[in-house]
Amino acid sequence: MANRLVEVQHLRKSYGEHVALDDVSLHIDEGETLALLGPNGAGKSTTIEILEGYRVRSGGDVRVLGEDPQHAGVAWRAGLGIVLQSSGEASVATVREELRGLAALFPDSRDVDEVLAAVGLEQHAGRRIASLSGGLQRRADVAMGIVGRPRLLFLDEPTTGFDAEARREFWSLIRSLQADGTTILLTTHYLEEAAQLADRIVVIADRRVAAEGAPDAIGGAEARTPIVRWREGDVVREQRTQDPGALVASLVARLGEPEALEVVRPSLEDVYLDIVRADREEARA
Amino acid sequence: MTGLGGGLPHPLSPAGIARTARIGVGRVAYEVRTYFRQLDQVLFTFLFPVLMLGIFASVFETMTFPDGRGGTTEIAAAEYYLPAMLASGILLSGVQNLGVDVAVARTNGTLKRLAGTPMPPVAFLIGKIGQAVVTGLAQAIVLLAVGVLVFGVALPTSAGSWATFGWVFALGTVTSALLGVALSRVPRSGRSATAVIIPIVLVVQFASGIFIQFSLLPEWMQQAAQALPVAWMALGMRAALLPESYAMLEVGESWNLAGVGIALGVWLVVGLIAVRLTFRWIRRS
Repeated sequence: MANRLVEVQHLRKSYGEHVALDDVSLHIDEGETLALLGPNGAGKSTTIEILEGYRVRSGGDVRVLGEDPQHAGVAWRAGLGIVLQSSGEASVATVREELRGLAALFPDSRDVDEVLAAVGLEQHAGRRIASLSGGLQRRADVAMGIVGRPRLLFLDEPTTGFDAEARREFWSLIRSLQADGTTILLTTHYLEEAAQLADRIVVIADRRVAAEGAPDAIGGAEARTPIVRWREGDVVREQRTQDPGALVASLVARLGEPEALEVVRPSLEDVYLDIVRADREEARA
Repeated sequence: MTGLGGGLPHPLSPAGIARTARIGVGRVAYEVRTYFRQLDQVLFTFLFPVLMLGIFASVFETMTFPDGRGGTTEIAAAEYYLPAMLASGILLSGVQNLGVDVAVARTNGTLKRLAGTPMPPVAFLIGKIGQAVVTGLAQAIVLLAVGVLVFGVALPTSAGSWATFGWVFALGTVTSALLGVALSRVPRSGRSATAVIIPIVLVVQFASGIFIQFSLLPEWMQQAAQALPVAWMALGMRAALLPESYAMLEVGESWNLAGVGIALGVWLVVGLIAVRLTFRWIRRS
């Protein structure tokens, strides 16, 4: 069995009467990237903050790097890299000063110049973090998360506010960390990001794990049935079928060239939305 | 699965203490650098006593100071106010600077971020206290220089006077810094920090004879102020810088340096205990 860096069993978290998490179980093996997806308020951040040791759980069992985050000490933190969802107010220290200071805390830190190059901040190393644009500040956050050469990296919505190009650069940075063997827990609202980076996805909806699987398998084969869409008169019609070619042929035979014809294979985003919707209906029923 | 985050010595082992000391010293340089990059700190903490010295020395230029027996002394306003402003600087560099700074760090995410790293809390506190000592010392040098060069104050030449200055400054500043860190828990948010801390600092200074000659204050106020450390810092500074004969202006007509040492020592211990009991990276929920 692969080395389990994270093992969560029947995790529960409540604040008085309010239940934030109800029976969440998941695991992350060494070298793996797990994407944690879910609507706002579903419990993603609560889960990740419990794993990081910022919050105490109400029930269940949690092991991160072999220890209980609630009772782990400074040595345990040396194995973690944490990029928080909101990095708070930016520092008046320069990028290099901040990275040097952090590097000094870890027993086997990365070379500061290498980290600067990896996140594309060499040009900005001498600038105060507070003077950088939002996207560059987020890169500095990521640099601070990886400078300690963590075995387990937490990335909580790392690319929020990035433009398309910056996001793609960020993905290639994450791929190079994956190639180095870094284990990653990622939360994101961008489904394509999860599809690009994750080995496995866990969807948390309504405080529970609603689905789990590889990006191309989660939700089951059923969820990936192609959709054929066309217009008939003023009505846009759509039909799900395993044989879209045959359906299109029959449409052509019946209507001639169909208007606004599309054959769509559901993206991860479509599958995800189906999962969340189904879960919500189930919860209501 | 044990020792995954390893590579760090136990915090209380000799290697762990050496690590804390090394990180703490590095942190002092970081804290001093960032202090001088914040204009509001430089204006309201660093230069404020210098400004006040200028105002008092100019406004009261022609005033004579009572000797407490119905007569007057030869003492000049600048000469009288220089030790007071040195004491004020100790209070500002410690209590005001750190009271506000640590309260802001608690709400702007800085402490949360550090909580996720292997930063020893003691090293962080060494950095903050070191910042107060280094910036306070720079401030004292500026005050002395302005006193001598602008207002023609004659400084003492005996080694004994400077030794007194040294220990009162060091003990006063470290005590003041610890009390500042402890007081940082009082404001409910970083935004309210200045509104809470600055009035405390101001009132204590008035009651402690910083702005008004101590022997002119009502007796009950003198007694109340003597329960706090600031009056003792000011007394210690007067003992260091004023000619011996001016001791007759003091309570008991002596410098009472033993009292200064005892009062500041007690407050140092109070500060240490308060910081030990109240300082946390974050409140875990």
